[in-house]
Amino acid sequence: MEFNKEFDASGLSCPLPIVRTKKALADMTSGQVLRVVSTDPGSVCDMAAFAEQTGNTLLEHGSENNKFVFFLKKA
Amino acid sequence: MATKKMALIATKGTLDMAYPPFILASTAAALGWDVQIFFTFYGLQLLRKDLDCIKISPLANPAMPMPVPMPVMVQMLPGMESMATMMMKNKMKSKGVASLQELRDICLESDVKFVACQMTVDLFEFETSEFIKDVEYGGAATFMKFAGESDVCLFI
Repeated sequence: MEFNKEFDASGLSCPLPIVRTKKALADMTSGQVLRVVSTDPGSVCDMAAFAEQTGNTLLEHGSENNKFVFFLKKA
Repeated sequence: MATKKMALIATKGTLDMAYPPFILASTAAALGWDVQIFFTFYGLQLLRKDLDCIKISPLANPAMPMPVPMPVMVQMLPGMESMATMMMKNKMKSKGVASLQELRDICLESDVKFVACQMTVDLFEFETSEFIKDVEYGGAATFMKFAGESDVCLFI
């Protein structure tokens, strides 16, 4: 999937992947896609909850090289 | 959708109990919530400019995982608290857990409001000059005003 920006949260634990994802989205414009990579298994549920509560769309999530990958479309 | 609100009361000044209010507050702020933390009793220590005074002890924390079982008599020895704190901080760092300082900074950057309990500041004769400047001083009524409008309210 194409994306406009990437944020690597590898090695970070709760709540940093979410808090910094929010920060990474801050300077993006509506409709742009952010790719987030994380190693925290908790971020699978957290990213969905973040998207639901902030109105950003979680387009896709999966795993790649034992890491979790998310694509968020900015609201 | 109206902005959600969360009101927290932070009453503890140990390393383990310092995390929940800052984690919840920084996360809620990232979700767009309006957050206020009321610091009272030992929780006031979390407002110090220097957070090195925040420690953890295996004493009275019998469920704390230890690398080797440690009898209470040993836990009482001088230096054990500093050692346990150092070990915990190293473990946190190695697991990518943010430092207290970092989480508190994130809270402040994302406009979490800090309110210090004036009564306990006076009770313990704390010097407010030792606290960070981004603090308001108030009492129970100040907290109740925000807490009464909140969606989530927790005592930690």
